[in-house]
Amino acid sequence: MSSVGMRPCGDYKTDYGRDQTIFETTTARNFVIAGIVLACLMPLVADRYVLSLMIQIGYLGIAALGLNILVGFTGQISIGHAAFFGFGAFTSAYLNNHFAIPVFFCIPLAGLATAVVGFAFGLPAARIKGLYLAIATLAAQYILEDFFARSYWFTGGPSGSIAQPFTLFGFSFDSDRSYFYVVLAYTIVAYLLATNLMRSRDGRALVAVRDHYLSAEMMGINLTKYRTLSFAIAAFLAGIGGALYAHYLSVVSSEGFNLLLSVQFLAMVIIGGLGSILGSLLGTVFMVLLPEAMDAGTRALSGTWIDTALGLKDNVVFLRDMAIGAVIIGFLIFEPDGLAHRWRQIKAYWKLYPFSY
Amino acid sequence: MLLQLADISMAFGGVRALSGVSFEVAQGELFSIIGPNGAGKTSMLNCISGRYRPTGGRVLFEGRDITGLTPNHRARLGIGRTFQNLALFGHMSVLDNILVGRHHLLKNNILTGSLYWIGGARKEELAHRRAVEEIIDFLEIQAVRKAIAGTLSYGLRKRVELARAIALRPKLILLDEPMAGMNLEEKEDMARFIIDLNEEWGMTVVMIEHDMGVVMDISHRVIVLDFGQKIAEGTPEAVLNDPQVRMAYLGDVEGDADAPSGQVAQ
Repeated sequence: MSSVGMRPCGDYKTDYGRDQTIFETTTARNFVIAGIVLACLMPLVADRYVLSLMIQIGYLGIAALGLNILVGFTGQISIGHAAFFGFGAFTSAYLNNHFAIPVFFCIPLAGLATAVVGFAFGLPAARIKGLYLAIATLAAQYILEDFFARSYWFTGGPSGSIAQPFTLFGFSFDSDRSYFYVVLAYTIVAYLLATNLMRSRDGRALVAVRDHYLSAEMMGINLTKYRTLSFAIAAFLAGIGGALYAHYLSVVSSEGFNLLLSVQFLAMVIIGGLGSILGSLLGTVFMVLLPEAMDAGTRALSGTWIDTALGLKDNVVFLRDMAIGAVIIGFLIFEPDGLAHRWRQIKAYWKLYPFSY
Repeated sequence: MLLQLADISMAFGGVRALSGVSFEVAQGELFSIIGPNGAGKTSMLNCISGRYRPTGGRVLFEGRDITGLTPNHRARLGIGRTFQNLALFGHMSVLDNILVGRHHLLKNNILTGSLYWIGGARKEELAHRRAVEEIIDFLEIQAVRKAIAGTLSYGLRKRVELARAIALRPKLILLDEPMAGMNLEEKEDMARFIIDLNEEWGMTVVMIEHDMGVVMDISHRVIVLDFGQKIAEGTPEAVLNDPQVRMAYLGDVEGDADAPSGQVAQ
């Protein structure tokens, strides 16, 4: 959305097809392809810990993408996203355990089932907006959380339910190294489909509903349909992310899908950039890596004179949590448009150097 | 008759914005609604476009009763409109804004749209891009087609809004003060576009406008509203010379020697 085009001088398009590609320049496209190739090579060099972080970024990133379509693109609000994430996780495990459906099919099915639930909880959006809608989605969060805790047949109650590893043609993706590819494939497909959606009819309709719902309606857009559809899409992606999470951890317990996780999802899309596909991923990377960075920082601090002077000892852990909060606040003040906006500015700077515009 | 309004009344609680207004617009007409501020012109337009449901009376479009239809249904039937206050999708590009106008003509949905290359969405999008480019050419906004709508100047935004309404391929286009806040040159351009729309694109135009010079020059027929009632209807000349219209605009001119009678048309 920056006003600076990345297209070099003399690069004239001769047909509309070439003017409506995902990437403005072939360089940008090649960089992304190189990035994917690089990611494919990661399991060969990275250790388990790094891989587990990347897998986390993958499944959380898919769920964050869903929330960004709802909050960033359609302008609705949801603080019950973690519940949909959890619903996807339990559904996938349940389908696999009780109906012996292969995990390969369970994951998309879990997404669809969650989409139905999301659609149902999105129905209030047809009539209410803003803070009122936020409270309605908060109800979704608590209803589903309560459902997870009580429905033993579905979730296994407090002991949780077992999720079998992902298998394909007899090969079991049960190590971090192999499961990484499953998550990578899902992430790429999810982001690609979302990008396509946003440059076609229904994606434009969603943004139109956000920007000016009255004139969107005059343009022939059914507001109720697109508001609830947006909830269904968000829940679908949350369900896929949740299912990937379930088959990664192999045990799903109901405690994790609480309001805090919902807020963290919101933080991801706000930090990454509302209304930006790329921002969803950047925000997730930020939120996953920030605790790691802060952890490294505080660990380096322990034993030094600062530690002894302040008498921190075991409290260094709390320092980490406070630092995370401080960084997020700082981010919202200095980078309110998110990481995606910063990225565009870096690109513009690169292109325009040594001039400022 | 393309559009028929029969005995339209619109009340907001105790305030009667419109009381028993009836008129008809023929196919191919360039029709203006004028009146002093608060006369009910925009309420009238909202009743036609579906924002308001009139508290009394009926709206007929091509002989069909559309009084109870939602605005998005009416768009599909062929009614497009622009707004008095800009109502663009501020964060979208000009191109996307206009493409939203093609919404009801496009067929790709969430599934085919997401798959894009498979299932024909790409082909369809490109075909409609072509149609949109024709409108862009017509309104001379080629230079800003990739700009974000919210960053444009006022005059350009008005033009983009017109482009978006044209993209609907409406049979009837409703323009709510298309020239408000424009300078003379922009007004002349806009008047030209409206005439072209009417004569070359064959759209029936219903327009609200305060600039009497423009209204009198380009309209085929005019109605005058005052306090929610129709006080005159006819050709521009007939309306100009109507004593009730003079009264509405200028106050009681009889016996007042200083009154600027005959100044309505400037």
